Amino acid sequence: MSHENLPASPVEFEGVRRPGAAARRRYWKSLDELAKTPAFMDFLHREFPEQASMFEDEKGRREFLTLMGASLALAGLTACTKQPEERILPYVRQPEALVPGRPLFFATAASHDGYARGLLVESHEGRPTKVEGNPDHPASLGATDSFGQAHVLGLYDPDRSKAVLYLGQLRTWGDFRAALREPLAKLKAKGGAGLRFLTGRVTSPTLAAQMQELLQSMPAAKWVSWEPVSRDNTRAGAVMAFGEPVEPQYRFDQADVILSLEADFVSGHPASLRLVREFASRRRGGSELAAMNRLYVVEGSPTLTGASADHRLALRSSAIEGFARAVAAGCGLPASGAVAHDWVAPLVKDLKRAGSKALVLAGESQPPAVHALAHAINEALGAIGTTVSYTAPAEAQPGGETAALAALVDEMRQGQVEMLVVLGANPVYAAPADLKLVEALDKVPFRVHHGLTVDETAGRVHWHLPASHPLESWGDLRAVDGTATIVQPLIAPLYHTLSEIEVLDAFARAEGTPKGYDVVRAHWRTPLGASDFEARWNRALNDGVVAGSAFPAKAVKARASTIPAPAAAAAASLEVAFRPDPSVFDGRFANLGWLQELPKPLTKVTWDNLALVSPKTAAELGGVATEQTARGHVTEVAELSLDGRTLKAPLWVLPGHADGVVTLHLGYGRTRAGQIGNGTGFDAYALRTSSAPWTASGLQVRKTGETARIACTQDHWTIEQPEHQQAHERHVVRSVTRDELAKDEHVVHKLGHVPDPGLSLYPPVEYKGHAWGMTIDMSACVGCNACVTACQSENNVPVVGKEQVARGREMHWIRVDRYYAGAPENPETFHQPIPCMQCENAPCEVVCPVAATVHSDEGLNDMVYNRCVGTRYCSNNCPYKVRRFNFLLYQDWDTPTFKMQRNPEVTVRSRGVMEKCTYCVQRISRARIDAKNQGREMKDGDVVTACEAACPAQAIVFGDVNDKTSRVAKLKADPRNYALLAELQTKPRTTYLAAVRNPNPEIPGASGQDERHG
Amino acid sequence: MAQVFPRQANDFARASLVIGGVVAAAVLGSFFFVWPRSSYMTRQKEARSQPVPFYHLHHVGGMGLDCRYCHTSVDKSAVAGIPPTKTCMNCHSQIFKDSPTLEPVRASFRDGTALEWVKVHDLPDFVYFNHSAHVNKGVGCTTCHGPIDKMAFVWQEKSLLMEWCLECHRAPEKYLRPRSEVYSVAWQPPSNQLELGRKLALDYGVQTSTSCSTCHR
Repeated sequence: MSHENLPASPVEFEGVRRPGAAARRRYWKSLDELAKTPAFMDFLHREFPEQASMFEDEKGRREFLTLMGASLALAGLTACTKQPEERILPYVRQPEALVPGRPLFFATAASHDGYARGLLVESHEGRPTKVEGNPDHPASLGATDSFGQAHVLGLYDPDRSKAVLYLGQLRTWGDFRAALREPLAKLKAKGGAGLRFLTGRVTSPTLAAQMQELLQSMPAAKWVSWEPVSRDNTRAGAVMAFGEPVEPQYRFDQADVILSLEADFVSGHPASLRLVREFASRRRGGSELAAMNRLYVVEGSPTLTGASADHRLALRSSAIEGFARAVAAGCGLPASGAVAHDWVAPLVKDLKRAGSKALVLAGESQPPAVHALAHAINEALGAIGTTVSYTAPAEAQPGGETAALAALVDEMRQGQVEMLVVLGANPVYAAPADLKLVEALDKVPFRVHHGLTVDETAGRVHWHLPASHPLESWGDLRAVDGTATIVQPLIAPLYHTLSEIEVLDAFARAEGTPKGYDVVRAHWRTPLGASDFEARWNRALNDGVVAGSAFPAKAVKARASTIPAPAAAAAASLEVAFRPDPSVFDGRFANLGWLQELPKPLTKVTWDNLALVSPKTAAELGGVATEQTARGHVTEVAELSLDGRTLKAPLWVLPGHADGVVTLHLGYGRTRAGQIGNGTGFDAYALRTSSAPWTASGLQVRKTGETARIACTQDHWTIEQPEHQQAHERHVVRSVTRDELAKDEHVVHKLGHVPDPGLSLYPPVEYKGHAWGMTIDMSACVGCNACVTACQSENNVPVVGKEQVARGREMHWIRVDRYYAGAPENPETFHQPIPCMQCENAPCEVVCPVAATVHSDEGLNDMVYNRCVGTRYCSNNCPYKVRRFNFLLYQDWDTPTFKMQRNPEVTVRSRGVMEKCTYCVQRISRARIDAKNQGREMKDGDVVTACEAACPAQAIVFGDVNDKTSRVAKLKADPRNYALLAELQTKPRTTYLAAVRNPNPEIPGASGQDERHG
Repeated sequence: MAQVFPRQANDFARASLVIGGVVAAAVLGSFFFVWPRSSYMTRQKEARSQPVPFYHLHHVGGMGLDCRYCHTSVDKSAVAGIPPTKTCMNCHSQIFKDSPTLEPVRASFRDGTALEWVKVHDLPDFVYFNHSAHVNKGVGCTTCHGPIDKMAFVWQEKSLLMEWCLECHRAPEKYLRPRSEVYSVAWQPPSNQLELGRKLALDYGVQTSTSCSTCHR
């Protein structure tokens, strides 16, 4: 469709612009859906547009018959082949504790942006295959995010660096050590003058101690730690308020009212998983309605935090400081420069009402003053000690990362750096553009890079050293609250690689082969205590946390007086916002297919980044023409220029985006990521500067006339509504306000009409044993996609590539449908994860001609791959559109490392086979057999599906519906519970808990306010 | 013109149509129904040579080793487990320690390289069989693996076709034995097997399922 006329033709979207209940309950997924474009209707009705015409070159009738005849004959002949002979290779000496055929789980941690996320990694006969969260770890609580899930794919990435390189030529570690000896000795003689280390953010106590030791022996050497997604503003804000760079530790379970000033705690905080758990604990079905929290979000670029908000205000990033000052002034703080807004008075009233149970937090994209204001407001409200406390920061070098990098580049440019050692960072790709790092780097006479891949930086150094993956090396990490975890390897390094700790050891000691294990153990001997060290060490490895290592809270006092007056307001020019990408973060995950193909939570775009604009800004730019075709969206490309730097980016209209801002996600446009990541998207770092890393004004946008093809899944698998005219009629999404639910318990059920279940042509089936079922809580779900990646990892779901996604052939067994409600300028957002519904009266089963999908006696809708002949009738008949067909041989059957990654408990599907969610039947089988072998009945919680295990919000609950004491049975009895398309009498086993929002009726334009009357 | 063919030729023609049809049906039928069940296809009863001439006949039949001495995970895991070389060396570092036949075993232990045994009971990759679920419910080893104590080189006793699995899953009482007898190679079904089997199924809580996802996932 064309969005050019979007704001100019309100008629088109009249339905969503009307105030009141009707508009609020009209849910839509895309602007195309609102406009009912032909392409959208095509996707809706045909499921796979153009699926019949797979052959690009037209074949004649005779040729077709020849091919079909041959394939028929060959298909018959396959029955004549015997199974190939297989070999069994037992161990020579079987490891203790290992039982062949049973996985072992090891506790470890992976770094996200430096901070630890606790993991339990599943190992099958020594192969790590699947990542789970560690319930004992404070930054995981058993959950993982998509990045955590993808670590296992990172380990087996065939593009990993495998050998030492000197100027791109193969060398050995011995060659490197020999080459290092002389220059290092010279530098040591000078006290290290001219030696510089550049690392990512370091929370590892061992690595930090190694660095300190090195710097003590060479006092003139320097160590810079830097991340492209820095936390400089957070640290500087703390210094401004408290005089020291403390880390705020939030307690969302204590907070009644939360105000986020562009703080994306759902996906952009080191403790996201814990914060989401705490946030959802006061919203989900079964929790006390009166205790429901309320979230206000003020943000420029739409994030998942804004999507979860009860009230979301779209303000451009630079305008938020004025808003924050107004809130501060309302809370009685001396804050100049307040900008009036009609939200402020009711918001302040709500915050004050909550008092010590209120919480204000500021995001990294906001300047230090906003952070300091947030601290001061929390103090004024009395919230410090209840909803927020402060501890020492977990990283060894808190704050000032970008400035430190800038200083380092300056030294390089002036020729003061003789040896640069880059450990685990990729500055050539991600450094701010204004530093002109590459030309400065070339002046350093001895450059070393240590990393997982031969990346952009590896291409501009003398020596590249291959790094061991965290799943194959010893180390340690701290979580953001200070809790330390010993990182233990799951497997010996696949290639000749060393970890950072081992490489650093080579710099400290000229001789000897470094062993990460020895270095880490030696470090922990003191903190764990010399007496009883072995027992404590083993306990720490077993638990995945070092007991009692969390930092104690510090007594601090916020000083509002130190907050400077606001800088002069910038001219009202177009702004650009740089944000980490929801799928590939800062670019480090760019070569992981699972993450590239993950539909981004709000745009639902895969494999690309975009220049996101609001509908109004799009109109001001002369309209953004985005046409949906059967081969993807074709959108206009614009040239963006900022301070003389330019790049080309596809434009995209995103509902809810603040006006006057263009959002660019980092992490794309990589040139040396590997075969998956190379050439996807554009490199937003090209415009990013060290002085304005998050928001810059003065952006010029010029349309080039070019177009780009984008693979966006937002209209794929859309559940059809009658005539698609009254989107609310089938009530696929149901949302109510807290007050509505409090007034009438059955309000959710009244939204839809469910005919008498007896009205079925099929005889009722009684399930006597277990009856598996699932509930998905839309109040708790934050749309983070962790379930999608967890499912992909558990069930060997293939990656299909951008071109196939554009055709609507993505294979994810669980998708997260993102719905909007209300006007496109600032809609409410809802997330609805859709796995197979496991219908009791499954429409797919009756149409299968070969009985490849049949019902199990526990109510599962079984899919038998070896019977499937690929008619796709089942998919055609599924009203929920959850079946996925292998149009091509999507699975990579050749790459040896990928074979190691696969879950041996799940069939690897081939071409021409239908597949879908099975409720992780392999996990059900495992739990059932375990229970029977132990001579007991299965109990609630024995079976945890992959999606349920990963979910940080605990929105997904699985269990036995026949067991009335199970969590799932209780939730199904909750008045919020409803089934999708219940009127079709499919009797789905997966049901949903309606989204409950908690709007403040005093907020102007609050979506809930006109509900009180009707 | 005189008739070339006699009158009976019509009957021959008709008969040949019928016979031809029957023959075609037989050929097709054997292709689809008999051929896949043939021991040529299933490799049933075909003793397979191994890198080391390990004789169950000697170790089980002659010396009376328990199945679990080597197949340690049979009651705990999906797979029974092929013993590590270490298990062989427990005895063969003392007995027959210079036998040339055992050189591959010693070489494996010395070099740390695995012995490569030929897989005799090889289910298709889309079948997920679990040993522990069966032996803990009174399905004896010999019920599926046959007279293992009489085998020099092991052969596959049963067809391992799905119909064979279902035969027991539909009527487990025909095959169950007391748990104490699961690892016995001497067990013979008593005359009241059906009665015993029904009682054991009840006692052990045997719930055989024929749902597809029991074995396929």
